[in-house]
Parts: sequence; C-alpha cells; structure tokens
Amino acid sequence: MEKKDSRVPVYEREKDVLYIRLPREFDHFSARNMKVETEALIEAAGIKNIVFDFTRTEFMDSTGVGILLGRYKRMNFIGGAVYTWHVSTRIRRMLEVAGVTRLITELE
Amino acid sequence: METKFSMKFESIPGCEGFARVTAAAFAARLNPTVEEMEEFKTAVSEAVTNCMIHAYDGREGPVSMEVSLRGRTVTVKIGDEGRGIEDIDKAMQACDTTKPELERSGMGFTFMKLFMDDVFVKSSPADGTEVIMTRRFADSKTPVSLH
Repeated sequence: MEKKDSRVPVYEREKDVLYIRLPREFDHFSARNMKVETEALIEAAGIKNIVFDFTRTEFMDSTGVGILLGRYKRMNFIGGAVYTWHVSTRIRRMLEVAGVTRLITELE
Repeated sequence: METKFSMKFESIPGCEGFARVTAAAFAARLNPTVEEMEEFKTAVSEAVTNCMIHAYDGREGPVSMEVSLRGRTVTVKIGDEGRGIEDIDKAMQACDTTKPELERSGMGFTFMKLFMDDVFVKSSPADGTEVIMTRRFADSKTPVSLH
C-alpha cells in the first residue's frame, strides 16, 4: 500500500461516505485547506456522511474542535451526518470538554 | 534553581508546531509523562495560534516565547506585539470566538486552562498580549538533573 503523507489530511470516498484520514498533528497549519477541500468533495461527490478518522492523530488543539463542529453544522444542514473514529483518550477528553461528543457519534 | 530558554520567531504558517515541539524539548528535562507533555504542547499551541490568527490576523509579526523550569514547575510566557485583546474575560470564555468564518471553536483559552494549573493574560492595544502559563508536573520516579 502506498504510504500516505501523515502531515496532511487524506480523503477517501466510498459511495456517499467521505473518510478523512486526519494528519498526525491536527492543528491550524495542517488543517488550513480542510474546509475548502471537504466542501469541494461534498458538492462534487454527493457526500452524505463524513468519518473523521483519528487513527494517525497524536496531537490536536482547538483547531480540530472548530473543524469538526463546522463540518457537523454543514452536514446537518444537508441532512447528512458526521462521525469520529479511533479517537485517543486525551483527544476524546478535549472533545468532551468542548461538547463535541454530545453532537458527533464515535464509531466503534 | 531556575533554568530558562527563550526565543523569538515570526508568526509564519506552521510556527505553532515548531514552538510547541521546541518548548516541549526544553521541558523534557523535567521528565514529565507522555500525557503531561502532550497537554503542555496543546497549551503552547493554543497560545501561539492566537498570536497568528488574532494578534496579527494572519500576517507576520514577532512572537516571543520563554520557558522556565523551577523544581517540577514549568512556566511558559508567550508574547506578541499585535492588536491586543479588548475584553480578556470574554476572550477566555468557552466557545467565544471572533473568527467563526475561520471555523475557530473559541476553545483555545479553555484548553490552556484545562491543561495548565494557571493561565494569566496581560493585554493592551499598545503593547500586544502576553500569556503566562504554569504547570506543575507530577513527581517523577526517575531522578532529574537540570544540567
């Protein structure tokens, strides 16, 4: 399998589900193009569900909370849904404090 | 006995990553746990990101960072010469952001307060903003040398 760059998000589509493989460090710099990139995919590819995959993510700051809530609102507006996946204990605590876990379901 | 490290850098894209890794490398001599280290890095990242997007509004400007170690306590001061914060109490409230169009969450100060023991902010339009944060790491089982 091709080694994916862990400095940037990687997008994979499966039917109407967009998997966003988040970068190793999820901050303002690595997330700088995410709004535009996901927006283009939502419009062009008819995405109904977004899965934020935290498997590679070791670090996140409040940037991540903003991105998740932004995509949640966007998908909610078009009747879609957003999920998280493979979230570490520390990042889950941050998502809990920010109220994200009340809105966005973590997949098993 | 206190040891200190300071540096100055420009608020260019990606400087938040460089700053938190550098601060963490210096604080590593206190031998914190991985969790403590990651929490410390998050707090530094929040303060530096604020300099970039709020103090300088995405433009370049000088940011200073000083990290000092005393006993098991690390203090980090992050300063800018940007626009300053009008209402510090409001800025520190959870979910309050002046940059919703950038999809900012308004959680920066909340995470600084969550992960550090003390967060103090000085700010004025004339002098910019300085954030001073301290965190005491739990006692380490491994002996620590500051030399």
